[in-house]
Amino acid sequence: MSTEVVEQSFYEKVLEATPRGERLRLCLECGNCSGICPFGYLMVYPPSRLIAALRADRFEKALSTDAIWMCVSCYACTAVCPSQIPLTPGLMARTKEELLLAGNVPSELQNALANSQRYGNPLGESPRKRADWTNGISPEIKILGKTKQPVDILWFVGDYPSYHPRVQSTAKALVKILNALGVNFAILGPEESSDGDSQRMAGERGLFEMLADKNGKAFSKYQFNEIITTDPHAYNALKNEYPRLGISYPVRHYTTFLAGYLDQIKPLLKSEVKAKITYHDPCYLGRANGIFEEPRALLEAIPGVELLEMTHNHTNSLCCGGGGGGMWLDGFQWEKAHTRLSEWRVREALSVGANVLAVACPYETPRFEDAAKTVQGAAQLKVRDIAELLVEAMENERGEI
Amino acid sequence: MNIVVLAKLVPDLVEELTIDASGAALDMTFARLIINELDDHAIEQSILLKERSGGQVTVITLDLEGADDVLFTAAAKGADRLIKIKGDFAGGVSNHALARACATIVKELQPDLVLTGVQAHNDIDGSAGPLLAECLGMPYVGYVHGIAISDGKSKVLKEYPGGLVAELDVVLPAVLGVQASEQPPRYVAVSKVRQVMKTSKIEERSASEWDANGAPIIGRMFQPEASTHATMITGNADDVATKLVGIFKEFGVL
Repeated sequence: MSTEVVEQSFYEKVLEATPRGERLRLCLECGNCSGICPFGYLMVYPPSRLIAALRADRFEKALSTDAIWMCVSCYACTAVCPSQIPLTPGLMARTKEELLLAGNVPSELQNALANSQRYGNPLGESPRKRADWTNGISPEIKILGKTKQPVDILWFVGDYPSYHPRVQSTAKALVKILNALGVNFAILGPEESSDGDSQRMAGERGLFEMLADKNGKAFSKYQFNEIITTDPHAYNALKNEYPRLGISYPVRHYTTFLAGYLDQIKPLLKSEVKAKITYHDPCYLGRANGIFEEPRALLEAIPGVELLEMTHNHTNSLCCGGGGGGMWLDGFQWEKAHTRLSEWRVREALSVGANVLAVACPYETPRFEDAAKTVQGAAQLKVRDIAELLVEAMENERGEI
Repeated sequence: MNIVVLAKLVPDLVEELTIDASGAALDMTFARLIINELDDHAIEQSILLKERSGGQVTVITLDLEGADDVLFTAAAKGADRLIKIKGDFAGGVSNHALARACATIVKELQPDLVLTGVQAHNDIDGSAGPLLAECLGMPYVGYVHGIAISDGKSKVLKEYPGGLVAELDVVLPAVLGVQASEQPPRYVAVSKVRQVMKTSKIEERSASEWDANGAPIIGRMFQPEASTHATMITGNADDVATKLVGIFKEFGVL
C-alpha cells in the first residue's frame, strides 16, 4: 500500500467517524495543542506534529513510535485549538486505532482490552458478580432483571464503582443519597457492561461498539425515564456516542442529577464538615462536556466547607492520567515519564492549602490516593468523591441520615 | 512448514466452579469455557514461526461453547485453516479421548510440526501433548519456550527446573508442548476478528472415535476441605516458647 493511500484512508476515517472531523484540514500549525498536552514533552508526535506528518506524507513514521500511548485523551489540546479541531476523539483516538490494528499496543493495555471483551469489564472480574457490591445493603437495591418493574431512574453504576474495593464506597454513598431523596431507581447488575468509552479512546472502536450494543440491548428490555451515571466517561459515551449507534436515552452524571435536588439535599446536610476542599474537574465532565458548576454547588452546600481552587481549574483542569487507556498503562507511562500526572495534581492541591481533594470520577479516588502516598507532605490529604462528602455531612455520629 | 495447533477449551477460573450432583465432575451448567492459556501461547508461537519462515497454520479445537471465538481469533492473528471437532462431549473431555480423536484428523493434515500448550488446569489424565504424540508416533518435547526451524529441522529451547534451559535438535515431524511463546500472545482488535468472521470458514469434522480408555475413573471431586489438625498457640513469646518445647518433648524430638 502506498503512503498516499494510507493517508487518504486515514483522513477519510477521521472525517467520517468524528463530528466536525473535516476541521482537521484547518490546522494552523500554531502548536497550542502540543504545548498544553500534559505529556507533550515526551509524545514524540504530539497532535500538531502528527498533523504535520500527515501533510508531509510522513504519517507512517509517526505510527512507528509507541509514545502516542502517552496520550491520556484529556481534551486539553481540543479545548485550546483555535481551529476547533476535534483532536482528542478524532486525530488521537484514530491514530491509536491504527497502532492497535498494526499490533503496536503495550501489553498492559492488551489485558484490559481482552478483559473488556471477555468479561465486559477491564478489571477481568466475573460479570455475574457485577452487583455483588450491593450485598448486605438495606433496603435491597433493585436489579431490573429481577424486579422487571418500571423505575424512574436507571443508575448505570460503571466498572470501577462495581468492582474496585475503594470505589465501591462511592457507589454505596450514592445509594444512601438516592434513598434519602426517595428516588425510585434500579440498576442493571450483571446485565450491565463497561460503557467502553476509555477503550474507544484507546483505539478499540470495535470493542466499544460491541459493549455499546450489549448495553443498548439491556436498556431496551426495561422501562425507565432517565439514566444517571457514576462515571463521567460513561456519561460521555451515553450522551455523545451511543446515540450515533442508535442507543438514545436522556442521561445525566450524578452530580448534575443531584444538583437538581439541591433544595431537598441542603436540609439533610446537618453535620459540619470542617475542611478546606479543592475540587478536581474530571476531564470528561468538565472539558469534554462543560459541567463545571454543579459539582461545586454540591460541595458549597456542605456546612463548614471552604472551597479552594487549584491553579488548573475548570477548562484548564489537569488530567489524573487515567483517560484514553491511561488507567491501564501505569507501568508504561512510568517507564516513559518517571512521574505521574496524579502526583502533579496532588502537589497542586497541597499548594493551595487543601486538606481534601474532592473528585467526581471513579478513576480518580484510587489514582490520587496512590499519588498521595508518594508525594511528600501529602499523607494527610484526603481524597473523597463528592457523593462520599455529601453522605459524611448527612450522617450523624451513629451513621444515620 | 505445515503447523497444526491443538487448542483446548477449559473452565474459566474467573467464575466459581461447583461440583455436580454426581459428586465426581464439575457442574458445567454455569461454567464458562476459555482457551487454555498455554494453548494461546502455542497459537502465538505458530504465528511467529509462520511470520518468520512462511508456512501454513491449522488450529483444531473441540466443538464446545466458545470454540468459534477461539478459532476466529486465531484466524485474525494469522491462522490459515480452522477445524472444529464435533461430537458428544457431555460426559466430559479426557485427554486420552481427545488425543485419539485428534490424531486421526492431524494425520490427514500431514504436519511438519504439532504444537499445543504443555499443560492445562484440567489435565486430570496427563497433558494432551504426549498422548497425542503417542497416537501419532511422533517424538514429543515439553516445556518449550523457543523454536527455530531451518532446512526441515528444529532447534527447540526446553525449560528444566532450577532455571536450566536445554537447546535440543528435534527431528520433524514432532509434537511440542509450549510453556511460553517467544512473545506474549498478541491482542487483535474486535473489528479485525469481525472482518475475519465474514471471510474465514470453520471446517467441521466428527470425532471418528471417542475412546477414553486409559483415563482414570474419578470417584469423588470436591472443593478443598478445612481440616482440624492445626492448634493455635497463644500467649506472649515466653509462654509460646514454653508450650512449644513441651510439645516437642511430647513428640520425642527434643
